[in-house]
Amino acid sequence: MSLLIEYLVLGAVLFVISLFGLIINRKNVIALLMCIELMLLAVNTNFVAFSNYYHDLSGQIFVFFVLAVAAAESAIGLAIFVLMYRSRATVDLDAMAELKG
Amino acid sequence: MKPIHIITEVLVFSPLVGAIISGLFAKKIGPRGAHYITISYVFCAFIAACALVNLSYFGNVPSVNFTLYNWLSTGSTNFQVGFLVDRLSIMMAFIVTFISLLVHIYSIGYMKGDKGYQRFFSYVSLFTFAMLALVMANNCMQLFFGWEGVGVVSYLLIGFWFHRDSAASGSLKAFLVNRVGDFGFILGIAALLASTGSLDYNKIFLHTQSLVSHSVNILPHVSIPLIDLVCFCLFIGAMGKSAQIPLHIWLPESMEGPTPISALIHAATMVTAGIYMITRMSPLFEYAPDVLNIILFIGSSGALLLGLVGLVQNDIKKVVAYSTLSQLGYMIAATGASAYAVGMFHLVTHAFFKALLFLGAGSVIVALHHEQDMRRMGGLRHYMPVTFWTFLIGTLALTAVPPFAGFFSKDAIIEAVSLSELPCATWAIFCLNIGAFVTSLYSFRALFMTFFGETRYTGGKITESTWTICLPLFLLAIGSICSGYILAPSIFMPLDGLLSSVIYLSPDAANVANDLAIPYTVGDGVFFEAFEHLPFWLTLLGFITAYYSYIVNKDFPNIIAAKFSLFYRVLIAKFGFDTFNEWFFVKGLKRISTSCYKVGDMLLIDKILVHGSANEVLSASGFLRKFQTGYLYHYTFGMVLGLAIFILVVLYI
Amino acid sequence: MTFPLLSFLIWLPVFAAAAVLLCGSDARANLVRWFSLSISILLLAASVCVYARFDPSLATMQFSESFNWIDILKVRYSLGVDGISMPLVVLASYTHLLVVLAAWQLIKNKVKQYYAVFFLIQAAINGVFCATDAVLYFVFWEAMLIPMYLCIGIWGSENRSYAAIKFFLYTFLGSTLLLISILYMGSLANDFSIASFYSLNLSLTEQLFIFFAFFLSFGVKVPMWPVHTWLPDAHTQAPAGGSVILAALMLKVGAYGFFRFCLPIVPDANMYMAPYMIALSLLAIVYIGAVALAQTDMKRLIAYSSVAHMGFVTLGLFVIYKIFAVTHNYQDPILALEGAMVQMIAHAFGSGAMFLAFGIVYDKLHTRTISDFGGLAHKMPYFAAFFLVFALANIGLPGTSGFVGEFMVILGVYKASFWISFAAALTLIVAASYTLWMYKRVFYGPLNPSLDMPIEDVSCLEKIVLWMLVFAIFAIGLYPDFLVEPMHASINNLLMLSLKSKLLV
Repeated sequence: MSLLIEYLVLGAVLFVISLFGLIINRKNVIALLMCIELMLLAVNTNFVAFSNYYHDLSGQIFVFFVLAVAAAESAIGLAIFVLMYRSRATVDLDAMAELKG
Repeated sequence: MKPIHIITEVLVFSPLVGAIISGLFAKKIGPRGAHYITISYVFCAFIAACALVNLSYFGNVPSVNFTLYNWLSTGSTNFQVGFLVDRLSIMMAFIVTFISLLVHIYSIGYMKGDKGYQRFFSYVSLFTFAMLALVMANNCMQLFFGWEGVGVVSYLLIGFWFHRDSAASGSLKAFLVNRVGDFGFILGIAALLASTGSLDYNKIFLHTQSLVSHSVNILPHVSIPLIDLVCFCLFIGAMGKSAQIPLHIWLPESMEGPTPISALIHAATMVTAGIYMITRMSPLFEYAPDVLNIILFIGSSGALLLGLVGLVQNDIKKVVAYSTLSQLGYMIAATGASAYAVGMFHLVTHAFFKALLFLGAGSVIVALHHEQDMRRMGGLRHYMPVTFWTFLIGTLALTAVPPFAGFFSKDAIIEAVSLSELPCATWAIFCLNIGAFVTSLYSFRALFMTFFGETRYTGGKITESTWTICLPLFLLAIGSICSGYILAPSIFMPLDGLLSSVIYLSPDAANVANDLAIPYTVGDGVFFEAFEHLPFWLTLLGFITAYYSYIVNKDFPNIIAAKFSLFYRVLIAKFGFDTFNEWFFVKGLKRISTSCYKVGDMLLIDKILVHGSANEVLSASGFLRKFQTGYLYHYTFGMVLGLAIFILVVLYI
Repeated sequence: MTFPLLSFLIWLPVFAAAAVLLCGSDARANLVRWFSLSISILLLAASVCVYARFDPSLATMQFSESFNWIDILKVRYSLGVDGISMPLVVLASYTHLLVVLAAWQLIKNKVKQYYAVFFLIQAAINGVFCATDAVLYFVFWEAMLIPMYLCIGIWGSENRSYAAIKFFLYTFLGSTLLLISILYMGSLANDFSIASFYSLNLSLTEQLFIFFAFFLSFGVKVPMWPVHTWLPDAHTQAPAGGSVILAALMLKVGAYGFFRFCLPIVPDANMYMAPYMIALSLLAIVYIGAVALAQTDMKRLIAYSSVAHMGFVTLGLFVIYKIFAVTHNYQDPILALEGAMVQMIAHAFGSGAMFLAFGIVYDKLHTRTISDFGGLAHKMPYFAAFFLVFALANIGLPGTSGFVGEFMVILGVYKASFWISFAAALTLIVAASYTLWMYKRVFYGPLNPSLDMPIEDVSCLEKIVLWMLVFAIFAIGLYPDFLVEPMHASINNLLMLSLKSKLLV
C-alpha cells in the first residue's frame, strides 16, 4: 500500500531518463523510438501504481490500450525509418533538418 | 442675334476654321489648297474687322458686350465665353488681321517648298485665332485662354524647324519664360475673382473702389493695397508676353522660327498683348501709382538697355528683334505714364513698320539663301530695289523721322513721360531720349551694312523676291508712311478721341492727355514742332554717327569697341541675363530636382521608409528563424522547458 | 421595378470576364477582342444612360438598389450614385473602352486573360463608385487590387514582380486600417450604410484616429506625398492598359474615398489636419514636379506628373476648411471643391492619355529611356501631333481638360491665402518645364541614330483611340459645364456636411 510513492518516483525517473534520451541523443533514430517507448512505459507504471492504490482496474485496462498504441506506433515509426533509410541511406538525426528555418 | 455679333464671330472663328482645315486635311488639300484656304479665311476675318471699324469709328455704334455660351458656372461664379466689341478691341483686331493677312500672303513665297508648308499655314492661322480670342474677350478667363494660346502657338512656330536643336530649345525657352509671366497673370486673375466675384471686365471695374480700399497681408506684418497686388501680378503677365526685363530673354530666341512668324509675333500679335491688357485694365492701373511707377521704370530701362544690345548684333533678324524689345519698352513706358492711348498708338504704328522691317529682312534672307549675317551682306540696294526702298521707309518710321508713322507716336510717348509726375519719370525720360539716339544708330547701322557699301555676299546670284513677298512690303510701307498722320489727331482728341471711351484716366493723367493734344487742336504745327524737341536731334545724331561709322570710316566701330571694351563685352553678353538664367535657373533647377529625386524620393522615402520597413521585418525574421533549427530534440527540449515553466508558474504564483 | 442599371454595370463585366475566359486559346483572340469591345460599348451605353437619366437637381442617391446581404450584421447590398460618383462611373466606362481598343494590337499573348482581368477591374471600380454600404464598398475596394496585381505581375516589364508586390502591399496596408475604422463606425451606428456614418457623433480623438486610417488608405491610393513611391514603380512596369486604368481610375478611387468618407465623416479632424494636408498637397505639386524634372525614364516622368496633378485634387479637397475659416461663407469653397472634382476627371485624360500614347511607342521601340529617343517627330509625325495635344493638356493649357481643374483650384484657393495660390500656380511653370522638356528631348531635334529604322506611324485603330482622347480633352476644356452641372447639388450637400462640426452637438 505504502509503495505508491516509490512507484511514482520510479515512473518519474523512467520518464526523465527517456526525456534526456530524447534530447541528448543525436545519432540514432532507433534509440529515439526506444526512448519514446520508455516514456510510455513510465506512464504505464503510474497507471498501474494508481490502479493498485485505488483498487480500480480501469487503470490497468488503460495500460493495455497504451501498450497496443505503442506497438502500433513503433511499427509505423520503424516503417518510416526504413523508408527513410532507403531514400537517404542514413538514419542519422543530424541529417534530418529539413525544417530548419 | 444682331449682325454685329455675327460679324464678331466670323472675325474670331474664321482663322480657326482655316487652321483646322489646313491642319487636319493637309494631305488632301496640298500646299496650294492650304494657302488658298487659310488666306481666304483670314481675309474673311479681315473683312469682318473692317466692317467693325466702319461700324464703330464711322458709324459710331456703341460698344457691344455679348456672351457666346456659359463655360462654367459654379457656386456664385459664372465663367462665360463672350466678346467685348469696343474701339480698343476693334483697333487690335484690325491690326492683327491686317498684319496676319499680309504675313499669310508673304509666306507663300517665303515658305515655298518647305516640308511643313500646310502645317505652317495652319499654325499661323491658329495664332491669329488665339490673338483674336485674346483681344475680343470680355473677361479675364478668355483673355487668359488667348494669352496662353498665343504662347503655345508661338512655341509651335518657333520650333517649326524642330530638327534644329537651336529651334527646339528656343521654343522651349520662349514658352517657359512666357509661363513665368502667365504664372503672375493667373495670380492676378485669382485675386480679381476673389475680391470682385467675377472675371468680366465690366463687373471688375465696378469694384475698383473696393480694390483700392482693401489691403492684403502678404507677409504677417506687411500689408499692401489689394489693387497694387492685382496690378503687379497682371503686370508680371504683361512682362512675360510683352518681353520686358527680366522676362525679355525669350524674344531673341524666337528668331529661330521662320521670318514671317517673327513679323507676326513681334509686330502685331503676341508681344502687343501685354500693352493691350494694361490698356484694357486701365481703370485698375490708374489707381495703382506704385505699380505704374514700376512699369515706367522697367519699360524705359528696357527701351534703352535692350536697344544698346541691338547695336552689337550682326544677325539682321536679331537687330530687328532687339529693336522690338526697345520699342516695347517705349510702349510700356507710355502705359506707365498713364498715356495708354499713346501706347496703343505706338503699338499700331509699330505694327506697320516692324512688320515691314521683319518682312524686309526676310526678303533679304530669302534672296541670300538663308544667310542672316549682316557682315556678309552689303550693297543689296542695287539688286533688290523694292526691298531696299521699303526697308528704308521702315527704318525712317522706326527712327521717328517726321512725317513717318513712328514720329507721331514715339514723340508723343517721350512728351507724355516728360509730363509724368511719377518718381521714376526722370530716369525714364533720360532712357527714352538716349533710346532715340540708340534706335537711330542701330537702325541705320543695319540699313548701311545690308544695303550700302560693297557686295560681300558670294553665295550666288541675288534677285529681287517674288510679288507675294513684295506686295506685303509695299502695303506695309504705305501704312508706315501714313498711319501716324491719319491716326494722330483722333488719338489725341482728349474728349472724343478714338479710345477715350475705353480708357479710364485719373484727373492728373487726363491733364497730361490734354497737354499732348494741344498741337493737334491748334492746327498743323506738329511737324515743325519736331525741330524743337530733343529726340529729333538725337535721332539725327544717331544717323550721322551710323553714316560715319559704317560708310565713311569703317574702322571707327572697332576703335570704339576696343576703347570701351568692358562696355562692349557687357553688350555682347547681353547684360548677362542669359548666362545668369542658364546658371541659376536651368542648372540650379536641374540640380535641385535631381537631389529631390535622389535624396528625397529614392533615399529617404523609398530606401529608408519603404524598403527600410521591409528590411526591418526581414532582419527580425532572421533573428527569429534561428529558433527553428529543424532538430526534433530541440523542439522537445523547448516543449519540456515550456511545460516545466508553466507548471512552476501555476504552482507557485 | 426599374432596370437595375448600377448592378448591370457591376455584374456584366464579371460575367463578361467569365465568358471571355471560356473563349479558348490565343488562337481565337479576335473573337475575344470583338466580344470585349461589344461588352465595353454596352457598358458605356449603360453609363451614358445613367448620365442622361440623372437628375442634377437632387443631392440624394439615385438609381438606388438595396437588398439584405448579411442580415445579422445589417450589411446590405445597396447601390446608388450621386453627382460625385456619377461622372466617375461614366469616366470608368469611357476609359475601359479606350483600354479595350488600345489592347487590340498591343497585347498579343494571354489575350483572353488580359481582357478578363480588365473586366474584373472594371466591375470592382464600378462597385466602389456605386456602393452606398461601407462593407460592400470595402469588398469592391479590395477586389480591385487583385486583378490589378495580376495585370502588373503578368503583362508588366522586366521588374514586374517587384512593382506588383510593392503596389499590393502599399495599398493593402492602408486598407486594413480602413476596414478597422469601418467596423468601428459600423458598431457605433449599428448599421453599415455610409449615410448613417455621416450622422455619427464622434469625439475629436475618435475622428483623428479615423482620419489617420482614411489618410493611409485613401492617401496611398491618390497618392499623396510621402506615400507615393509605389506609383512610379507600378506605372513603369505596368502594361499600357494597366497604366491607363491606374492613372485614370485607380487614383480616382482614392480621391473619391476622401469625398465620400473623409470629408463628411470626420469634419473636425479634417479641420484640424487641413494645414498639414494642404502642405502635403502643395509639396506634391511643387516637389513632385521638381522630381519629375529629374527623371530619365519617360514613364516614370509621366507617373510623377500624375502625382503632381493629383495634388490639386487633395488641395481642393482640404482647402475648403481654410477658405471657410477665412470667409465663413458656404458659397466660397465650392469653386475649389468642384475644381478638385473636375481635376480628377481631367487628369484621367491628361496622364491617362500620355500613358496610352506612350504604350504605343513602347510597343514599337521597347525602351523607356528618354535619351534613347530624339527627333521622333520625323518618324511619327501624326503620333507627335497627338502626343503634343496630350502634353498640352498635361500642362493645363486653356481649352484643354487639364486647364479647367487647375484654374478652378488656383482661383478658389486664393480665398484661403495668397501664398497657397502662389505655390499652386507654380505648377504652370514646373509642369510646363518637365512636360515640354521631355517632349523636346523625345520628339524634337535631329533624329537619334538608334531610331534610324523604319518605324510605323500610328495605325488606323490607334488613331481612333487617340482621337477619342483628343475629343474628351477638348470637350472638357471647351465646355466643362456639362461635367460640372450635375455635381452642384451633391457638392453643396457634401459641403454642408463637411463644414458642420460634429463636436458642438
